[in-house]
Amino acid sequence: MKVKVLVTPKAAVLDPQGAAVRDAMQHLGMPEVSSVRIGKYLEIEVDDETPNLDSRLNDLCRDLLSNPVIEDYEVVK
Amino acid sequence: MKFAVIQFPGSNCDQDCVAALNGIAGAHAEFVWHKKTSLHGYDAIVLPGGFAFGDYLRCGAIARFSPIMAAVVEEARNGKLVIGACNGFQVLCEIGLLPGALVRNRKLHFICELLTLRVEVPDSAFTHGCPQGSLLRMPIAHGEGCYFADEKTLRELNERQQIILRYATSDGRIEPSGNPNGSVENIAGICNREGNVFGLMPHPDRACELRLGSADGLKIFQSMIQTIEASRARAA
Repeated sequence: MKVKVLVTPKAAVLDPQGAAVRDAMQHLGMPEVSSVRIGKYLEIEVDDETPNLDSRLNDLCRDLLSNPVIEDYEVVK
Repeated sequence: MKFAVIQFPGSNCDQDCVAALNGIAGAHAEFVWHKKTSLHGYDAIVLPGGFAFGDYLRCGAIARFSPIMAAVVEEARNGKLVIGACNGFQVLCEIGLLPGALVRNRKLHFICELLTLRVEVPDSAFTHGCPQGSLLRMPIAHGEGCYFADEKTLRELNERQQIILRYATSDGRIEPSGNPNGSVENIAGICNREGNVFGLMPHPDRACELRLGSADGLKIFQSMIQTIEASRARAA
């Protein structure tokens, strides 16, 4: 099965990359854009018979795929 | 006095660290490959700068799972001195030996520059001999060195005197114009609660000879040597 993981910067963390892209979008004729936040999107192929899949995926998201100090994550199946 | 300099695939200041340390009387530094599992016999541990594992995912995110890191954590918990400069600081934050995280520089640029740092804690294991408020010149070279911590963590860092170095103007003022990367409260280097693990974005290893622009990095390494000698003297 394919699992999708979204990793996004926490609201309190400055996202200069997102701000630069927002500025570019405004320059390119979309002054209506007020904010852009850039995160990561991962597609993971995994055997859906894997025991304790949900909890193991959550552990990996917490320990490896995101840094809880600065990022939130969401697992989408 | 034996220093272990950890080599990850993608470290690029490991040679600088070993060369700088071996230039100090009484210090001897050796490379330790990241797949080793013991740091027995070393007096201090250095996590060098670079781009361990290409900095893929996040800086330090993959390096923290290298086999040697379990030994680094164990030795740190036993009170051994650990210093991480640049990428090494990022690894120490990722593995949780130091609080907070390092994110993309505020203006997105990779900055390579000799800067002024103000010593905030004069009697730490890493800043012996540097009076309060004294200024050190050391270079930074990073794209992701903007220190971030939540308010509670910042309050604790301040209360427990864990903020060792701050970015300053050339005359020693802590203000936005002296802050190269957007780090909160101009933080350039912090230690853990126990004071034996130190992470900093500037490179002491690149500031150990006057002909490189500054020899102030020696003060950090010499302070570590003095700390270890003092603890040996106490034990004897």
